[in-house]
Amino acid sequence: MKVWVRRVLSVCATWPLAACAGRQSALDPQGLQSDQIRHTLFIFVGVAAVVWIAVVIVLGIAMMRRKRAAEQPLDLHEAFEQRTGRVILALGIATTVIVLGLSFVSYAGQRTVFAKDENALTLRIVGHQWWWEVHYEADSPHQSFVTANEIRIPTGQPVKVELESADVIHSFWVPSLTGKMDLIPGQKNKLQFTAKNAGVYRGQCAEFCGLQHAHMAFAVLALPPDEFGRWREHENQSADSPADQLGKQGEALFRARGCALCHNVSGTLAGGQLGPDLTHIGSRTTIAAGTLPNTPATLGAWISDPQHIKPGNLMPKMPLQSDELIAIIHYLEQLK
Amino acid sequence: MSTVVDRDELRDDVLNGLQLSTQLERIWRTPSGLAGALMSVEHKVVGRRYILTAFAFLLLGGILAILMRIQLAGPEKTFLSADKYNQIFTMHGSTMMFLFAVPVMEAFAVYLVPLMVGTRNIAFPRLNAFSYWMFLFGGCFLWISFLFNVGPDVGWFSYVPLSSLQFTPTKRADVWAQMITFTEVAALAVAVEIVVTVFKLRAPGMTLDRIPLFVWAMLVTSFLVMFAMPSIMVASTSLILDRLVNTRFYDPSSGGHPLLWQHLFWFFGHPEVYIIFIPGTGMVSAILATFARRPVIGYPVVILSLIGTGFLSFGLWVHHMFVTGLPQLGAGLFTASSMLIAVPSGLQIFCWLATLWDGRPVYRTPLLFVIGFIVIFVIGGLSGVMVASVPIDTQVHDTYFVVAHFHYVLIGGAVFPLIGAVYYWFPKIAGRMLSERLGRWNFWLAFIGFNVAFFPMHFLGLIGMPRRVYTYTADMDWAHLNLLSSIGAIVFALSFALLLVNVVYSLRKGALAGDNPWNASTLEWATSSPPPPQNFDRIPVVKHRDPLWADGESLPVVAGLSAERREVLLTSLAEAEPQTREASPEPSIWPLLTAIATTVFFIGSIFTPWAVLWGTPPMAVTLIGWFWPSGSKEDEE
Repeated sequence: MKVWVRRVLSVCATWPLAACAGRQSALDPQGLQSDQIRHTLFIFVGVAAVVWIAVVIVLGIAMMRRKRAAEQPLDLHEAFEQRTGRVILALGIATTVIVLGLSFVSYAGQRTVFAKDENALTLRIVGHQWWWEVHYEADSPHQSFVTANEIRIPTGQPVKVELESADVIHSFWVPSLTGKMDLIPGQKNKLQFTAKNAGVYRGQCAEFCGLQHAHMAFAVLALPPDEFGRWREHENQSADSPADQLGKQGEALFRARGCALCHNVSGTLAGGQLGPDLTHIGSRTTIAAGTLPNTPATLGAWISDPQHIKPGNLMPKMPLQSDELIAIIHYLEQLK
Repeated sequence: MSTVVDRDELRDDVLNGLQLSTQLERIWRTPSGLAGALMSVEHKVVGRRYILTAFAFLLLGGILAILMRIQLAGPEKTFLSADKYNQIFTMHGSTMMFLFAVPVMEAFAVYLVPLMVGTRNIAFPRLNAFSYWMFLFGGCFLWISFLFNVGPDVGWFSYVPLSSLQFTPTKRADVWAQMITFTEVAALAVAVEIVVTVFKLRAPGMTLDRIPLFVWAMLVTSFLVMFAMPSIMVASTSLILDRLVNTRFYDPSSGGHPLLWQHLFWFFGHPEVYIIFIPGTGMVSAILATFARRPVIGYPVVILSLIGTGFLSFGLWVHHMFVTGLPQLGAGLFTASSMLIAVPSGLQIFCWLATLWDGRPVYRTPLLFVIGFIVIFVIGGLSGVMVASVPIDTQVHDTYFVVAHFHYVLIGGAVFPLIGAVYYWFPKIAGRMLSERLGRWNFWLAFIGFNVAFFPMHFLGLIGMPRRVYTYTADMDWAHLNLLSSIGAIVFALSFALLLVNVVYSLRKGALAGDNPWNASTLEWATSSPPPPQNFDRIPVVKHRDPLWADGESLPVVAGLSAERREVLLTSLAEAEPQTREASPEPSIWPLLTAIATTVFFIGSIFTPWAVLWGTPPMAVTLIGWFWPSGSKEDEE
């Protein structure tokens, strides 16, 4: 075999598998539930492959069987018809058995995927056009805080998310960890999952929710439990006051230019509730619900013209001088 | 001849062959000129228009599909804006489902069913004409809105609350909801006509177990339409009431619920798939029998499968709602009921395979499309079994896996048989054959293009690509498969261009077909191609399931129908024994005028609820005109 042929073949054989290792792939499970789902899926795919190949082989034989020349129609073969009737009946019964078998496989998988654990860490997630509001709630208000578009969870511990919507129907989906569940106005849905390994897993809204449905992503950061504990402790705290002059100027502008009407920054006078909570924006990996990485440049681009990056989102374009913009970015960068 | 009472009336038994056909042609033909065209109530004229219009919408929907594939061919393309993309995918889905797939199947039935059951016209011909005009006006209304940039943009499923006044304050969702109403009216009208035609107008002797399988398929489909369409009628009317007069059916803050919409929508939407697919199976059975040179094996099994599929299709709408937080046990039961539909579908496929096995297949283009159908549809059916499983569905729901799945089912299960049907029945409708050489190219382009376009989407869904996103970033690993899919889509589109070329070329240059070019067995081939306005000079008598194969060219006939008035023969439901003669309507302008009045009413009601008041009198006037007794000759005596 020529070298290039072999190379092409090997690429063809391994490429679909390489593609599986995405950050948002149901084929590369990193959670208990996604693992179970892939297992169920593979059983189905296996059965389906066997059935399809069998059908195609029978079809091929039927087409290529050596036959006498075309006859006058209606030359019926009674004996064949009777035998065929029995074969078709048997195949019908076989189909029923396969289908019922797969139903049981499916139901067993379903029970595992939707098993409940009373000790789960509970988060409340509210879907908005087009971002995610994440509540970490605890019995004491000092242990409760709100963040946006980024969910940190401990590995190895069940996490239960309670899903609500503030406007239209969205769907919470992190394929690496588990399947999706809708967020429906007027209804509370629950979904439970457990991350097996530490890592960053991308999630995305799966139900069409309007103009910027394509830009409603989020990140799930699965951390080792002790690291998660430290993060949670830190996140409880209010935002640090800016240390330097430029930061203080930025904080003042943040209020003066109207940002604080929509955004909350705990521990400051900014208490807006319409937009994402920005208390620790500096420590998040992305901005605009997973649309851009969180860097000073993208933050600046976003603040100076949010409608250019994500047309139709609810953040208006604010007239800012470039020095004002720099001050605000500097301030936000410090909110860690 | 001028003054007649019933017993002296000129009957077809006193005329010789040529006299009779001239006479019948004179009384049955559509008047010439524009007025005649607007007044026509002939099922073949209406059916031909219906088919052409539906294919025009296929072309439009296909262009939208290509636009979307260009946008998605690479990451972060700016070929389409988010707003345009959302309108386009909504229009693509709505056009294909409501303006192409269902109408085209009903259109074939409008043309073929009366011929196949051996009668002169469809039952309720004026309703038939009205149905076509409603379909035309509804479709044009939707597309004109789109071209004026008020096309719907909330998906062909229009989920509330996104489609509510609060989140779609423009007229876009109203346009969608009213378009639904138009197509409901059209689809329901045809369904009623088909049922009555099959039950009451069959040729004498065509007992229930001698009805051609395509006719059986259309009968079952018509019942599905009659039970499924009212559900979406309730849904879309409630939506428009919510939007226009502040009712609160879907508003959770006032005791409504968004999931009510989904239940109503999918109680229609799931059977809808079978409304499209079952006619496809009917076409497959017709084509397969002809080209395998033997009747389909397991005739009763196929019919029971069709009926079983029809019943089951109403019991599994919930599998579209597995991720809405419904109780788990119920969802599990819907898994089983959804999967069970594989049993009747499978039985039909086994019957077809056996037919091919025992037959002496002649490989002409229609049969190629049927074989392509089996290969593709089985994949779609099997991925359907996966989608029916709750845990798998939680991953693949609303991803490109589902996009792949339902295109395998709908294109594989309905469009491939449909294109086969075009090649198969074109000679009957046009009197000329389509080019076989172009037909083979057409098939291979379609088969390869389709699979290259849609197979990669299974992977795309599994590696995380959601549906209905207008763009994606370069770091998502989706670019290569999307590019491949877009290339496949263009090849697939070329196959349709080739079909168009073939049709246009063959209409003028194709070989003359003759009455029965394929040597087929059913009654539509017992008359000339294209059929004369009266369909048959004398109504045939059916004594076999495959009359043309059993009786050769000389079918027995009944005599005694009037030769100076439009008359059809009514027969009994089960045994098709002759019962009575019934007048069939003359051409009339009133169905068109009624459709215009109804259109004004529907469109006006989008803008003001008062249209319900002032829109009614014109409708009443036109309906009175339509039903005004026109006095038969006997009455004048």
